[in-house]
Amino acid sequence: MAVEHPAATSPGDQTRIHNIGYRAYDGPRLGRSYATRSLYSQSLRGAYGLGRSVKSKVLPMLLFVVMCVPAAIMVAVAVATKAKDLPVDYTRYAVIMQAVISLYVASQAPQSVSRDLRFKTVPLYFSRPIETADYVRAKFAALASALFILTAAPLVVLYAGALLAKLDFADQTKGFAQGLVSVALLSLLFAGLGLVIASVTPRRGFGIAAVIAVLTITYGAVSTLQAIADAQDAGDSIAWMGLFSPITLIDGLQSAFLGATSAFPGGVGPTNGEGVVYVLVTLGLIAACYGLLMRRYRKVGL
Amino acid sequence: MYDPTVARLTYRALLGRRRALILGALPVLLIVIAVIVRALVGADDQTTADLLGGLALATMVPIIGVIAGTGAIGPEIDDGSVVYLLSKPIKRPTIIFTKLIVAIGVTMVFSAVPTLIAGLILNGNGQQIAVAYTVAALVASIAYAALFLLLGTVSRHAVVFGLVYALVWEALFGSLVAGARTLSVQQWSLAVAHKVAGGDLVTSDVGLTTATVLLVVVTVLATWYAGQKLRSLTLAGEE
Repeated sequence: MAVEHPAATSPGDQTRIHNIGYRAYDGPRLGRSYATRSLYSQSLRGAYGLGRSVKSKVLPMLLFVVMCVPAAIMVAVAVATKAKDLPVDYTRYAVIMQAVISLYVASQAPQSVSRDLRFKTVPLYFSRPIETADYVRAKFAALASALFILTAAPLVVLYAGALLAKLDFADQTKGFAQGLVSVALLSLLFAGLGLVIASVTPRRGFGIAAVIAVLTITYGAVSTLQAIADAQDAGDSIAWMGLFSPITLIDGLQSAFLGATSAFPGGVGPTNGEGVVYVLVTLGLIAACYGLLMRRYRKVGL
Repeated sequence: MYDPTVARLTYRALLGRRRALILGALPVLLIVIAVIVRALVGADDQTTADLLGGLALATMVPIIGVIAGTGAIGPEIDDGSVVYLLSKPIKRPTIIFTKLIVAIGVTMVFSAVPTLIAGLILNGNGQQIAVAYTVAALVASIAYAALFLLLGTVSRHAVVFGLVYALVWEALFGSLVAGARTLSVQQWSLAVAHKVAGGDLVTSDVGLTTATVLLVVVTVLATWYAGQKLRSLTLAGEE
C-alpha cells in the first residue's frame, strides 16, 4: 500500500473535513440473547458439518448413519420375524455403540472450540454483547444437543419400528422414555468432558487424540479391572470401579434407576444405594465440566 | 538418511510443553493399574496376559502410535509451517525417514517400556509374558508409527482416521469378523510375541512368516509412499 504523501506544502487553509456519508447504525439491536442463540445454532450446525465444506460433512454424517443403521436392521428383523420384543433394550443401545459416540465427541468437540482458539476468534466473539457464560453455555448446549440427536435418533428408529411391529405400546413407551433420559445424561456428560479437554489445546488433532484417550483408556482400564474382580469373586468392588469411566458411569446409573440390564461383568449392576452415588457423580462431573469451562474462558486471550 | 536438526525439531514438537505430560499419563495409568491388580490378585499368568493384551497392546500402543505418528508431521502441514522445512535442501524422503525414526522412538519409549514394567510388576516375567508383550509392543510401534505418519501426510483428518483404524477396525471388526484379524498390526505383532513366549497364553491368528512379511511390507511401503506424498505436497487452505 503506497500512500502518496503530497509534498509538504504550507499548512493552514487547505485543511478540510469531507462528509463522505458515514452513518450511524440506527436499526434494531438484537442484543445478547440473540447473539447467544446464533452462536448456539451455528455451533450445532457446525457439529454436523452444515454450513461448512463437503469434506467436513463426511465424518459426522457417516458416524450418524453408522449409529442408525444397526437400529434399522434390528427393527427390520423384529418386524420380519414377528418377535415379541426388540433384540436390544433402548437403554443398552448407546452402551453398545459407545465407540461411535466417542469418535463423534472426539472429532466434533475440538472442531467446536479448538479452532476458535487457534484462529484467535474468541476475542471477536467477546467483542459482541455476549459474556463468558453465554459463550460456554452456547457451546456446551450445542455439542450436547448434537450428541443427543446422534444418540436419540436410533432410539426413535427403534421405537417407531416397535410400534410398527405391534409390540406392547405401554411397555415400549416406558423403555423409550427411559432410554431418552439415559442418552440425555450421556450427551451432557460426554459433551462436557470433550469440551473441557478440547478447550485446553488450540491443536485440533491433539484435542481429538486426548478426548479419545480419556474416553477409551478409562473404559478399557475399568472394564479390565472389573473382569479381573469378577474372576476373583470380588463382586462388591465391581460396582465401585464403574465410577471411574464415563460410559460405565452411565451404564451403572441406568441399571440402578432406569430399568436397564447392566453390561458390567457378571451382569450385576449397582444397588439403589450405590446408584445414588452414580447419579451424584454424574451430575457433579457435568457441573464440574461447566465450572472448568467458565474458568477456562474467564480470561479472553489465549 | 537421518538429519539431526529435523529430528530435534520433531522431538520438540512431540514432547514440548504439556504434550509430554499427556503422553506420559497413559503409561503411568497402566503401571498404576498393574500395581492395583497385583495387590488384588497376586501374580497370575492369565490375568497378566489379559491385562497386557487387552489394555496395553490393544488400546495403549495404537493411541500412542496415533499421537506420535500423526503428531510428527500433521500439525506442521496443518499450520503451513512445513514449507520452511521443505524449502531447505534436504531430500523429502530423508525428512520422512527422520520423522519416522523419532515417531518410532517416542512410541517405543512410551508404550513398550511401561508394558515391560507393568509385566514385571504383574508376574515378574513368568513364562516370558512380560518380555513377549514388550517385543509385541516394540514391533507394533514400528508399524503403527509408519502407518500413521503416512496418514498424517495424506489427510488433514489423520488423527480421526488413525483412531477409526485402531479402535473400529482392530477392536470391533477384529472381534466380529475373523478375516479382519489377518489385516491388523496388533495380530501381526502378537504372532511375533507368540514366537517369544511359546506357550498358549499369547496367541495370534496369523502365522509368524505371514506376520513378519506383512509387517515389513507395510512399514516400508508406508514410509516410501509418505516420502512420495511429501514430494508433491500441496498446501490447502483451512476448510
